[in-house]
Amino acid sequence: MGKYYERLKEDVRFIEALNSCMNCGVCTAVCPAAEFYNYDPRQIVSTVQTRNEEAIESLLKSETIWYCGECMSCKPRCPRGNTPGGVIQALRTLSQKEGFFIESEKGRQQLAVKRTIGENILNTGYCIIPKTVAPDMHPEQGAVWEWIWEHDQDIFECFTENYRQAGAGAMRRINEDCLDEVRRIFDVTGGTAFFEQIERQSEEAARQMGMDSHSDQYIGELFTANNGEHFRE
Amino acid sequence: MKKGNWLEYQKEIADDRYYYVRSCIRQNFFPGSEAAFLDIMRNVLGKDVCDDPNHTSCTGIGYHSDIVPVETTMTVVARQFAMMTAAGYENLAPSCITSFGLYQEILDMWHHFPDMEAKAREMLYKATGREFDKPKNVAHASDIIFHHREEIARQAKYRLVDAVTGKSLRGVEHIGCHYAKVFPDKGVGGAEFPYVLAGMIESWGGTVVDYPERRHCCGFGFRNYLVMANRGYSIANSKKKFESMAPFKPDFILTNCPGCPMFLDRWQYAISEMEGVTYGEKGGIPVLTYEELAGLVLGRDPWKLGLQMHQVPVEPLLDKLGVDYDPGAKYLGKDGKYIGKPADTMLSNCYCSPM
Ligand code: SF4
Ligand code: SF4
Repeated sequence: MGKYYERLKEDVRFIEALNSCMNCGVCTAVCPAAEFYNYDPRQIVSTVQTRNEEAIESLLKSETIWYCGECMSCKPRCPRGNTPGGVIQALRTLSQKEGFFIESEKGRQQLAVKRTIGENILNTGYCIIPKTVAPDMHPEQGAVWEWIWEHDQDIFECFTENYRQAGAGAMRRINEDCLDEVRRIFDVTGGTAFFEQIERQSEEAARQMGMDSHSDQYIGELFTANNGEHFRE
Repeated sequence: MKKGNWLEYQKEIADDRYYYVRSCIRQNFFPGSEAAFLDIMRNVLGKDVCDDPNHTSCTGIGYHSDIVPVETTMTVVARQFAMMTAAGYENLAPSCITSFGLYQEILDMWHHFPDMEAKAREMLYKATGREFDKPKNVAHASDIIFHHREEIARQAKYRLVDAVTGKSLRGVEHIGCHYAKVFPDKGVGGAEFPYVLAGMIESWGGTVVDYPERRHCCGFGFRNYLVMANRGYSIANSKKKFESMAPFKPDFILTNCPGCPMFLDRWQYAISEMEGVTYGEKGGIPVLTYEELAGLVLGRDPWKLGLQMHQVPVEPLLDKLGVDYDPGAKYLGKDGKYIGKPADTMLSNCYCSPM
């Protein structure tokens, strides 16, 4: 009894995000994700509020919890002081802890985010670095970015003395001692274990699809797969 | 909308001695903006800003795409506070809006759940041996420029007026969602009447133009942009904003979040390539960061501010302002080194100034 709901309550963000929902739909009206996807934050908050374990389990396995953009536009608008985006954060965290994220196309993308943003943080101390915004994966970045990407050293040195070097400034190389501190924080706080869980579950997901989670084929699939059923009519 | 309503939401902004925390996205796409912030703070306003090489990302993009647990993020944030404390500063000045929202979220969380703060202190100490004081003041770098906007106006070389007609230029603003939607009382003007950018435009001689989707998200949506398959979400949201602002014929878009100007710039390009639609009069609506706008009114060279890194050409705006610039120097590297130039595109940055 109460397994998933109780686990959601272990997340302080969930406690802060859910008071009581009166199903007014204001969050859905203001939500940019609801305009684009088959997505209704009102329904999600309402479902969680019923504490129906089966319904919560289906949410944890669903596509719908992965549509939110975490813009938090819903937070100042909810007349009951709820934050649907915060409920989503707690659901996504639990979905990954339980291994349910691999049951949806959008959920499986967590490995792609971990492999890019997650590894950037541990390896460089930044969420993104110029060289990882490759024009072939980012055609929308345009010709100017392509020129910057190809001449990054020449362009960045116009604005900083220390591009990819020790010292202060934009896109400096963050020193190993600082990076070690960040890595130890990940170890001590569960961040490393969370990454490992994403990797482990994704191995299983890839196997079920006849692929290897470390192959370019699987990562390519994560970045590009689209079953066409996510969008509003 | 009552113009005075924003006055109900004032926030305290420290006057000097800031510990600057750089932004992953702003450093990548607008390194000139962060350089301009330090230049203006130190050389124009005479303020003390610490640019410490030992801070890192706050992990915010990872946190909001839900790969980094809250316990990890709050401890990395605690480390930033520890670095600030060690450097002898008390006023935190983040360059990023996601970070700014995150610092506010974590301080608020610790206020409501003191055991979480105790846990963060314990984990930080265990991982690094560090301890910290919480900041006395957290002001986004745009708050700080807003705070000093009148002094910048006093030292300005240009005003935001058309150099030929003398008419005030029309600016639309776009505030990063996490600036005031997460904690309205932490933003100048709150979530409904944010005044942080409007105040700069007005002080520097421009006119702020309201538009229906002014509060709508630019469409970053974290995982929605990061993963290629989800980017339709991102462009659709930016497009909604362009269509809402275009009828008001803005001369420029002003932003305070690091991601928003990049998306509003690049998605104009993508829409022009995909649909043949260009917003604005000449090759798109120029999108500026507040540091770039402050730098321009102070008479800084546009290419030293990094305006050549934009996809949408900025020259129409420079020409309206009457800025004295060298079109031929646009794509030169340090000390005039030739480093090629971008290929032509439909919405091309290779704009030629009318002579
Ligand atoms: S705005 Fe608040 S009360 Fe209304 S449906 Fe959304 S969560 Fe429920
Ligand atoms: S945080 Fe999520 S649910 Fe809330 S408005 Fe933004 S996209 Fe919608």
